[in-house]
Amino acid sequence: MSLLELKNVSKIYGDLKALDSVNIHVDQGEWVAIMGPSGSGKSTMMNIIGCMDKPTIGEVLLDGVDISKESSKKLTDIRRDKIGLIFQQFHMVNYLTAVENVMVSQYYHSMPDEEEALEALGRVGLRERARHLPSQLSGGEQQRVCVARALINHPELILADEPTGNLDEANENIVLDLFAQLHKEGTTLIVVTHDPEVAEAAQRTIVLEHGRVAREIINENFGKKKQGPHVPCFRISGRR
Amino acid sequence: MKSLPVKNLIRKPGRTAALMLLTAFLALAVFGGSLVVLSLRQGLNSLEARLGADIIVVPSEAQSKVSFQNMFLQGTTGAFYMDAENLKRVREIEGVEKAAPQIFLASLKADCCSVKIQVIGFDPQADFTVQPWIAQSYARELGEMDVVVGCKVEAGVGEILRIYDQRCKVVGRLAATGTGLDTAVYCNLDTIRLLLQAAEEKGVSHKVTSDSAADQVSAIYVKVKVGYDVGRVNTAIQGHTRKASAVRTRSMITDVSDSLAGISRTVTGLIGAVWVLAFLILLIAFAMIIRERRREFAVLRLAGMSRRMLSGLILRETALCSLLGGVLGVCAAALLAFPFATLIETALGLPYLTPDLRTVALLAAAAVAAAGIVGSLASAGAAWRLSRVDPGTILREGA
Repeated sequence: MSLLELKNVSKIYGDLKALDSVNIHVDQGEWVAIMGPSGSGKSTMMNIIGCMDKPTIGEVLLDGVDISKESSKKLTDIRRDKIGLIFQQFHMVNYLTAVENVMVSQYYHSMPDEEEALEALGRVGLRERARHLPSQLSGGEQQRVCVARALINHPELILADEPTGNLDEANENIVLDLFAQLHKEGTTLIVVTHDPEVAEAAQRTIVLEHGRVAREIINENFGKKKQGPHVPCFRISGRR
Repeated sequence: MKSLPVKNLIRKPGRTAALMLLTAFLALAVFGGSLVVLSLRQGLNSLEARLGADIIVVPSEAQSKVSFQNMFLQGTTGAFYMDAENLKRVREIEGVEKAAPQIFLASLKADCCSVKIQVIGFDPQADFTVQPWIAQSYARELGEMDVVVGCKVEAGVGEILRIYDQRCKVVGRLAATGTGLDTAVYCNLDTIRLLLQAAEEKGVSHKVTSDSAADQVSAIYVKVKVGYDVGRVNTAIQGHTRKASAVRTRSMITDVSDSLAGISRTVTGLIGAVWVLAFLILLIAFAMIIRERRREFAVLRLAGMSRRMLSGLILRETALCSLLGGVLGVCAAALLAFPFATLIETALGLPYLTPDLRTVALLAAAAVAAAGIVGSLASAGAAWRLSRVDPGTILREGA
């Protein structure tokens, strides 16, 4: 069952086509990576899917609703209710503690519940660091708080933009393990990344080039525990 | 989460302190400046009420109104005398409704006197200026060697003041007038004549016009009958008295009023300049701070905060900061204005009377509210602009 569908989506800035007639679909519970070089349209796609931008042409169906036609206010509501966002640069509110950063998302979604927020931090292994300010947390810890913040409202879709871009290998693995857990629980994940190893963790990789879908890759080793150094094992399912 | 603005203010103490100082400066200017102007107005009103006469006749030697005015405005001590015959003559002039004498005596800064003060003797039977004022704090008739003291004389009720080695009993303290009269001591004519006699015995020379203290007065307060022209009565008094000058109290008030208007204009101009300057600084400061915090606000927007909520958050935060700054400014102004009221009065050389507590409280509340409004207004533009920017765009910057 499709959760997200982009139909002939283009985003045009003057003479530049950041996205050019893109067609993709993501099923409910699927883990998809979006890869591509700089300027390929990854961030533009992320912003459109994340209700932060609208396409110039085309339809974006999220849970059956065409979000390309919605008002800014409605997009805020959809983003709040259905999407959990994770960014490369963490973007925490620097004067709030870890648990308060998580509770911010609860507050604008429903009701703040500190115990639930602490549980979410527990899931990412940071319950003991709940009362720390962002400045007292490492980069990896900050990103894990952001994961807790993204999942606190049980969103249908987790949208992560280069979530491991600023992390060392150990923290990258922790974050990817968290994604794997979320995927097992049925959460749909879309991860925008430069990193082939991060893309390899996903079920399917969509490669963008010059604003178009260049190819889609199915990860045949998905779900198998990694042994030793990663050996990418992709199956190319299409080329455009 | 409703306490987000408070949390931000507490956890960013440097920034909060800087903003609070700016708004404190605003409140200090408006509260302090307004308090000074209001105190001067109150002082002028009080002076007008205390003079209570249309014309005051003083000896020519009193250099007309100059030294006389200084006694009222700055509390300088002085004594001058003229023949009491002038009182009779004034009373005979057509248009004079009441004429009341006063006799002045300056005590010394010497062993014979507790304190250097102005002693004013008045005739309780004829007086229409001092008596009503004294009646507010001492309802009974003043006996021999009884004195009522101005609020700035350091002597409590029941204490003894020594004036030329005469023991005067303090029976009352007067309410503040903000004028030089606050440093004076009041008694009846019998007491002042005894004191004059004692001063003479101490070898203190007074310019007495005759041998008897009973035949001299320092000033005659004149009330003109309704329907009579004060100017004409004044001229008539000039013509019928000897070695005396008739001063219209209106002209004294006008001089003070003119000075007050000048000071008022200057203070108002300064307040205006401070406000414009501080508003511009706040405008720039808030614009910079909000720009610096765009990412934080973008995160909140992505967490589900609506544009209106974001504007509300920024406005609540700036209003809170500005109000706290306002309270700080008002406290600072109060700490400067109240303890140094006498210094301000002396520096300005004008009657200065601090308004009552209710007026001061209202003025303080208005200053705090104004600081809050100006702070909020200064941030409103930046808050509105920020709320229009797409949060995704902000987070993409530099990503």
